[in-house]
Amino acid sequence: MSRNRSFSPKVVTANLLREGDVVYLTEDDRWVASLTEAEVLTDEAHAQMRLVDADKPSVVVGTYLADVRVTESGPVPTHFREDFRATGPTNYAHGKAAEKDA
Amino acid sequence: MYHYTDFDRDFLAERNAQFRAQVERRLDGSLTEDEFKPLRLMNGIYLQLHAYMLRVAIPYGTLASGQMRTLAVLAEKWDKGYGHFTTRQNIQYNWPRLVDIPDMLDTLGEVGMHAIQTSGNTIRNVTADHFAGAAKDEIADPRPVAELLRQWSTDHPEFQFLPRKFKIAVTGSPNDRAVTRSHDIGLVMKEQDGEIGFEVIIGGGLGRTPMIGKTVRDFVPKADLLPYCEAIVSVYNRLGRRDNKYKARLKITVHENGIEEMRQRIEDRFAQLKPLFSGVDQVMLAGIEAQFALPAFTSNAPAPILDPVLQSFVDTNVTAHKRDDHAIVTISLKKHGETPGDATADQMRLMADLADAHAYGELRISHEQNVILPHVRRDALPVLFAALRSAGLGTANIGLASDIIACPGMDYCALATARSIPVAQEIAKRIDALRIEHEVGALKIKISGCINACGHHHVGHIGILGLDRAGVENYQITLGGDATETAAIGERAGPGFAYDQVVPAIERLILAYLDLRAGDEETFIDAFRRLGPAPFKAALYPQENQDAA
Repeated sequence: MSRNRSFSPKVVTANLLREGDVVYLTEDDRWVASLTEAEVLTDEAHAQMRLVDADKPSVVVGTYLADVRVTESGPVPTHFREDFRATGPTNYAHGKAAEKDA
Repeated sequence: MYHYTDFDRDFLAERNAQFRAQVERRLDGSLTEDEFKPLRLMNGIYLQLHAYMLRVAIPYGTLASGQMRTLAVLAEKWDKGYGHFTTRQNIQYNWPRLVDIPDMLDTLGEVGMHAIQTSGNTIRNVTADHFAGAAKDEIADPRPVAELLRQWSTDHPEFQFLPRKFKIAVTGSPNDRAVTRSHDIGLVMKEQDGEIGFEVIIGGGLGRTPMIGKTVRDFVPKADLLPYCEAIVSVYNRLGRRDNKYKARLKITVHENGIEEMRQRIEDRFAQLKPLFSGVDQVMLAGIEAQFALPAFTSNAPAPILDPVLQSFVDTNVTAHKRDDHAIVTISLKKHGETPGDATADQMRLMADLADAHAYGELRISHEQNVILPHVRRDALPVLFAALRSAGLGTANIGLASDIIACPGMDYCALATARSIPVAQEIAKRIDALRIEHEVGALKIKISGCINACGHHHVGHIGILGLDRAGVENYQITLGGDATETAAIGERAGPGFAYDQVVPAIERLILAYLDLRAGDEETFIDAFRRLGPAPFKAALYPQENQDAA
């Protein structure tokens, strides 16, 4: 797949309908809790197509594309809001903050 | 306290059954998210950053001990062992699963609680002075009127789709502890020629366009209050803007039309409505008032306080009660370094037990995110304090610099543009480390994580507003705000501060105040009013000062 120079890498993210947890879409169409497993989308047309495909209203809510930066350890958020979604709150080891500690 | 009737219980049970069916239909795909979202919002359920959030109404901040225990059950069984008390006297649970929320609502319903109209463009939870019914300075308990307004506004068919949300606050005291001038309708009880009534203030609000409310009528007799309030909401419902969400609140309607035009329209509507009320509201109010009778007070002569730690607690956390042998005790949910407004299930249960043992089973939640025992026998203060202290609830800081209002901010809120909680935690820890809190005295610091101002930063003596500046957290500081009867909107001090610079900036500000004040008795806000912003800005921006020199 060709890279689009003006398009910053993205992942598809949402919240689970039943639980509300933050999740990311993998290349094989699974919703996972860990951003590192997410499919990184580098082509705008493909990203839009994946976003449409990902809209499974009986599984997830509020699907959207989030900007990421690609590192050796996988995608990481470029904005602090997405960083908090990926890592959980800073005041308690709850949600993803608990998973991080574990 | 108001006790639910069979009508109330049946109404709640039916409403909860409706919502349970709505959740089931959402889960089986019969309802889309677009269809479901307004239904869940009507029942206080938001989708936040990490999870769903359930906002439960605590009408006028009053709780019975059994209700507090039920809030603990919800925290333990369906959340992560704690709840967050908010600036609207509500409690929020940050981690419920959608599939569990119908059970949570049923459990709340068993103790006469619900989450109805804690969201949406409706009349929200009616708030009140958290010392109501106990305060030495009040004319009368304002909660019966608040309860009447609650019953009138709940599921009111005409007011379920207002232009925007609508907030009402009421106080029975001339010393405004309910921030009445920052509400859509603020009601301040007055006595005129032996008759009780209310000064009615409209169009106050914080958010992106902060405004102090304007008096629309100096005195509305208590008997006319409900039709008068209905006239206000009715005029707003027709006149309020629906074309622009940011210009839809009543404060903008008042600003754009002018208070004189609004007053005339409200009076005209009131003249139409008043005959339709036929006195039934007054019959209902009389029934409600009977349920707010004071407890059967008992007491023993209190022993003199010899323990300096207890004395420190009494000095800051205890307020004069209308009876000399009783006291109002404010339990701080602001232990230095903890999250403002949070209480664990164990702490909730302890406070409920202490309310039963020493305070006639009654508790209050303040908009300042603390818990109040409104009627404590003075002879019980030592044993009460010992129990609170052992549970981490004995912090003596009410009204001081670490008694900070903070919204959930970007740690939880989907609307936030920056974090609030860790800023509050770090300021409190720094103030504690400097050991200057009691020397500094009365100081209101209020932090919001976005322009919507849930943390009331505009009316903080020191306000802090967290923003997103080019993808980085940045904090604006405002000075000179006031939430009381002398309400004022704080003025922006200058450029914002980076996350790691905001606590040092607040420290410089507080230390500058200690240097600037005329004496120990001059509070921060009094010093600010005497000196103006210049010396405080100089403390905040020392580099600019040097550059100018």
